[in-house]
Amino acid sequence: MKSRSLKPLTPSLKERSNHDSDKGRNMSQSPQKENEYETSPPHDTLAPVKDMVRACIQCGTCTGSCPNAFAMDMTPRKLWRMVLLDRKDEIFQSRTFTLCSACYYCTLRCPRGLPLTEAMGKLKQIAARENLKAHKKSIRFYKSFLDSVRRHGRVHEMEFMTLYFLSMKDPFMPLKFTSLGMKLMGKRKVSIEIPSREPNSLEAIFRKVEEMEERI
Amino acid sequence: MNYLYYPGCSLEGTAVEYNISTKRFMREVGANLIELEDWTCCGATAVESISSLLSLALPARNLAIAEKAESADEILVPCSACYLNLKKVEEKTKKDPEVLAELNEILAEEQLQLKGRVRVRHLLDVLSRDLTPKDIESRVKKSLAPFRIAPYYGCQCLRPYPVFDDPESPRSMEPLIEATGATVHSWKMGTKCCGASHMNTKMEVGLELVGAILKGARGADAIVTVCPMCQINLEAYQNKISKINGEDLQISILYLPQLLGLAVGLQEEDVGLDLNLAVSKEFHKKLTGIDILA
Ligand code: SF4
Ligand code: SF4
Repeated sequence: MKSRSLKPLTPSLKERSNHDSDKGRNMSQSPQKENEYETSPPHDTLAPVKDMVRACIQCGTCTGSCPNAFAMDMTPRKLWRMVLLDRKDEIFQSRTFTLCSACYYCTLRCPRGLPLTEAMGKLKQIAARENLKAHKKSIRFYKSFLDSVRRHGRVHEMEFMTLYFLSMKDPFMPLKFTSLGMKLMGKRKVSIEIPSREPNSLEAIFRKVEEMEERI
Repeated sequence: MNYLYYPGCSLEGTAVEYNISTKRFMREVGANLIELEDWTCCGATAVESISSLLSLALPARNLAIAEKAESADEILVPCSACYLNLKKVEEKTKKDPEVLAELNEILAEEQLQLKGRVRVRHLLDVLSRDLTPKDIESRVKKSLAPFRIAPYYGCQCLRPYPVFDDPESPRSMEPLIEATGATVHSWKMGTKCCGASHMNTKMEVGLELVGAILKGARGADAIVTVCPMCQINLEAYQNKISKINGEDLQISILYLPQLLGLAVGLQEEDVGLDLNLAVSKEFHKKLTGIDILA
């Protein structure tokens, strides 16, 4: 039995070769403490991802189908191998999972029928939950988006971009978007008005989801 | 034909012309769209990166509202990202009663309940299967014969749930385009990924993906899309991409219902064509040069 306490970042060789003994492990707990890991989350957070890719036969179809493979520092095929070997350092130092644009080609084509896009999503969730610094940019982007949704019920594009820039603490970021912003404003497609859904925020639903996720 | 209608956030912002043209064209062919009252964001592509449960809860709220509506039992969704989020809930709750129970526990917060009565349908599904090409042909007032059109499907309307077409080599847009009189530009890029939100967080990668799509469209007059994210990625960065590639890759990008609307005699402003970011002078010129059929 593996212990549930926080483990050193790099698993021992023995653990690596033991990954099959994970089958049937209880997935119902994972340490949820805030932590200061720079790149890598604590020990058994990978369990749900492992369950998703356990049947991988390393055929490489996912890599061959991925439109973003050219920009990845680790191929999807290798990523799944690393997941099964519990190599969190390699996984979360790599930007492979952040480069998944959810095109679902791999999910469609994987000969083992594995839910690979969902597995990529799970890795993104782990990175977001652990606030991994290496992936700050994408995580901030998603969080600002959902903050806006939580408050207004619908996305308020201007507010969400502002939240994003603020949370990046990078005053030069908006410059990258200026030309698109100008184009959209020229077409009156972005407004600075707050949409009308304020009184009916999604607070109750967001809060309930958080409560249920803590139960797990 | 009655459909419940879920426009989604983009169609109120960057994609208003998709909203305008969808509503207008559907009315033109005799379909009645009933916009969901009090709909909320489906979570878009962001939510999947934050929480699996929330990624089901947000669309589930909208499906529960749709079930209450009772005026129709199919919900029409023009945005592919919204469509997939809603469809996922339909599929997952159908397969797994535990998921349904979990979602209902959340929805109880808003006194809502999900039974699984409503069917989620993409706009392209409805256009290609509930209409026949004849329905369009018989209404054409402006034959788009001078145009060569590249159909762009993108990802999420057919993957991972290939409900209405082949997800590897789809053809569902072709009879619709041909019904307008236009020629279909045959290419291999119709199902390739536009990079989705990469343009916001990893722009260099997004530019590369869109560049390849624009190159594939060389020789066409326009690309038509069925998703606001695809649309904006294809239309908004053409200058930059042309510079990077040292080649003029500018091309007009239209939403499918805009093209269909123009063919059945709607004016440019009826389909919101003035709101597109990339419609070339040549496109306008060709369009105004066409005689209206009596
Ligand atoms: S396609 Fe499926 S089986 Fe093949 S390497 Fe990828 S995950 Fe493994
Ligand atoms: S879903 Fe993600 S990982 Fe899979 S092929 Fe598409 S971009 Fe690559």
